[in-house]
Amino acid sequence: MAGLTTLSDDALLDRLQRGAFAYFEDYTSAGNGLVADTSRPGSPCSIAVVGFALSCYPVAVHRGWLSRDVAAARTLKALRFFSNSEQTEEADATGFKGFYYHFLDMHTGRRVWQCELSLIDTALLVAGIVTAGCYFDGDGNEPHIRALSESLYRRIDWSWALNGGKTLAQGWKPGCGFLHYGWEGYNEATILYILGVASPTFPLPSESFAGWTFTYQWENLLGQNLLYSGPLFTHLFSHAWIDFRSIRDQFMREKNADYFENTKKAVAVQRDYCARNPHGFEAYDRNLWGITAGDGPNNQDMRKKSRDRRFYGYMSRGVPYGPDDGTIAPWAMLASLPFNPDAALQGIRYLLEQYPQVCSNDRLSSGFNPSLVEDGRAWLSTGWYGLDQGLLVMMIENHRTGFLWDITRGSDIFRTGLRRAGFEGGWL
Amino acid sequence: MTTPAIPNETDDPEQREFLRRVRPPNWTNPTPKRPYDLVVLGGGPAGLAAAEAAARTGLQVALIERNLLGGNSLNVGSVPSKAIIRSGRVIEVVRRDSEKFGARTEVGSTADMSRVMTRMRRIRARIGEFHSIDRLVAQGIDIFFCTARFVGRQAILAGDARLSFDKAIVATGARPKTCDIPGLDQVGFLTSSTIFDIVGMPTRLAIIGGGPLGCELAQAFCRLGSQVTILQNDPKFLSHEERDAAELLSLSLSRDGVETRLNTTVVGARTENGEKIVDTVNNGVKCSFSVDEIMLSVGRVPNVEELNLSAAEIEFDPDRGVHVDDFLRTTNTLVYAAGDVCMSHKFTNVAEATGRMAALNAFGARRRRQSHLLIPRCTYCDPEIAHIGMHVWEARQRSIPVKSFTIMMQDVDRAITDGQDDGFVKIHIRDGTDEILGATIVAARASEMINEMSVLMSAGIGMRKLASILHTYPAQSDAIRLAAAAYMRDQGASTW
Repeated sequence: MAGLTTLSDDALLDRLQRGAFAYFEDYTSAGNGLVADTSRPGSPCSIAVVGFALSCYPVAVHRGWLSRDVAAARTLKALRFFSNSEQTEEADATGFKGFYYHFLDMHTGRRVWQCELSLIDTALLVAGIVTAGCYFDGDGNEPHIRALSESLYRRIDWSWALNGGKTLAQGWKPGCGFLHYGWEGYNEATILYILGVASPTFPLPSESFAGWTFTYQWENLLGQNLLYSGPLFTHLFSHAWIDFRSIRDQFMREKNADYFENTKKAVAVQRDYCARNPHGFEAYDRNLWGITAGDGPNNQDMRKKSRDRRFYGYMSRGVPYGPDDGTIAPWAMLASLPFNPDAALQGIRYLLEQYPQVCSNDRLSSGFNPSLVEDGRAWLSTGWYGLDQGLLVMMIENHRTGFLWDITRGSDIFRTGLRRAGFEGGWL
Repeated sequence: MTTPAIPNETDDPEQREFLRRVRPPNWTNPTPKRPYDLVVLGGGPAGLAAAEAAARTGLQVALIERNLLGGNSLNVGSVPSKAIIRSGRVIEVVRRDSEKFGARTEVGSTADMSRVMTRMRRIRARIGEFHSIDRLVAQGIDIFFCTARFVGRQAILAGDARLSFDKAIVATGARPKTCDIPGLDQVGFLTSSTIFDIVGMPTRLAIIGGGPLGCELAQAFCRLGSQVTILQNDPKFLSHEERDAAELLSLSLSRDGVETRLNTTVVGARTENGEKIVDTVNNGVKCSFSVDEIMLSVGRVPNVEELNLSAAEIEFDPDRGVHVDDFLRTTNTLVYAAGDVCMSHKFTNVAEATGRMAALNAFGARRRRQSHLLIPRCTYCDPEIAHIGMHVWEARQRSIPVKSFTIMMQDVDRAITDGQDDGFVKIHIRDGTDEILGATIVAARASEMINEMSVLMSAGIGMRKLASILHTYPAQSDAIRLAAAAYMRDQGASTW
């Protein structure tokens, strides 16, 4: 990959965006359109990754990487699978109440790993389904895409997922019921609430969004005033679909800010934290940051080597409160492109110059830890994760053309959801 | 009602001295004077504070204690737990951090449990002197060691003696809650009241309930060498704390080696081949594992049942305790209550404050409201988590615009030199003003630092003034001033 850093910004973005998209060509099940969570052998499908894939097919058409017919056929295949899959309380169904299990068998499409019926991952999937429904507005296969997109969205019983409360549970398991993990404070769930309140059939009450925003904390932190959340991805996911520039909900009106500006601040906190590097991790720098959810070295206890360090596996890392074990996500700086293009480009160039191994097949790896060196090599996550690649394709495109934001700005569902959640102003 | 056994004889000199101070073995109850101005039921922090406050004003006071003077706090609560936590911290530093600080120590340092417990008992005896029987008697307080029950609106039976009173204060405290886990009674379990009596260190300790005390002891016993597992029904770790504080502590416990199983219900306990087995269910998945000891830490319930409160027309609830108004008065206007028996905040500082307040309200001209108490509190894990005033979510629920100024301990010079840079200071203010609404501190000595916040808030000092108050340098509490300096920068104003 030595050549990457010699390319112009535009050419570099071309290569990395194309490389990221190729993940979906390489790791999609031809039979049902499901996409693997990771490139590793035996990886199940993650429904969230399918949501990203469905959002990236229009980008591929737009960029000329796929013909519109091929993109429509791939999209339709996945939608048909979800439409025909089992939606019951059975432990090996694909979903229930219109929601889906987090991980599915790549071939049968049934639940694996006793995983949860995941609300946030269903929301990311549905964001892709709705995006496809908006984009494919033509003839041929496309009316089927629109019809399925609508029916899959309409059948989701969002109100059920409130479980009688004011805000959403995080998941549900057969024979066990609703799961509640500390879903408090700002995070990536904005899109979940937006899609939930917009439903014409089983909507979340509009107040549920305010119920969640009640748990927000507006903080002055490392010199920035921001709505805090530690892991960088939480400031990115909803933005892959929604153009938050200049639209504001009640909370942001009160604070005279918006979510787009907030992510800029989160990027600034990441850069400042890595420049300060309080734990003395290797390589952290104002131009090398990106602490977020991703793969990690796993629980290798390094105390024996007289460093009081412990490494985590796949986990949600964050700054400045932690957890932080010296692992950065090589994709995360580039995925911040719309918010701070200069920082993202400087960062990715610096990273590729210093550590070219983080990129192979023009795809950035999920995790890299230069503080953990064994046999002369810094720890690097094997293969790639679909979420990272999907987010990169979308964020690079949004930076370049605003293409996905244009699609969702034209979506009744997104517009209704944002309005019901109390957003106003700007393009809305 | 379970009460710790009162040991009559002991070979341990510390324990003998301790008992001489808080429950003399050959004690004879005095002959009742009649009537007493004030009878206090319970000799814990609330009862002692009430009795001493009243005695100081020259009133005739009787105090009835069923067990040991000092209450839970001294005997089985704050004092012994902090002594053990301190041992745990020292051992952790020696074992994990000695090299970091440049000390040469033996590899594989371990705790000597009998010395840890001896130190704890010596400390308890020493602190017990402050509440000793000699001091109380010298203040003219009549002490009755016996059970007490009301026999009328103004009469109590203390053992066999009938005491009549002008006013009374119920301060009988609370005890560890138990729960109906099948088989647990047969297998046997420890509570926060009995864990300080253990002789050897349990190799494997399961703690049911992940509240503050459960977490404190989990970390301390882990550092002293136990393999500790916290089993908690709740999906959130320390759910009453701020997310960032709870997550930081969760990481710290896990770094120490405490295993925390959230969303986990203990459905049974049994003995198999001489081993204690705990059966749990997590998200529908069953799991069984063997332990040496089980400690139950699922909250506290007020001691109300044996007081025959209805004879004095005092209303109560078995879970929430004695009903009191804002002046701590019960439904019998001559009887007040204080401390754990009536307060939702079951902390020693609240018990002492309400004990004093109940005595002053019963006799004084100027009455004080318990709702005006500003209560700092702390969970004594490492790092400590302390809080005072409003949480952000409370402010937001009351539509108060709130903004938090955060200083990370990793940016505080003294925390860096001390190697104690985990944590943060967060000061919550009313947005648009410099009024401090509350604060959360996570730091090695958050229990000390939060008291500065207590003073600031009580004195009505805002961020603007705070920014100009000199602190020693370097000091961990300088983080508080730095938060105010951040406020001034945010305002675009200079500190001076």
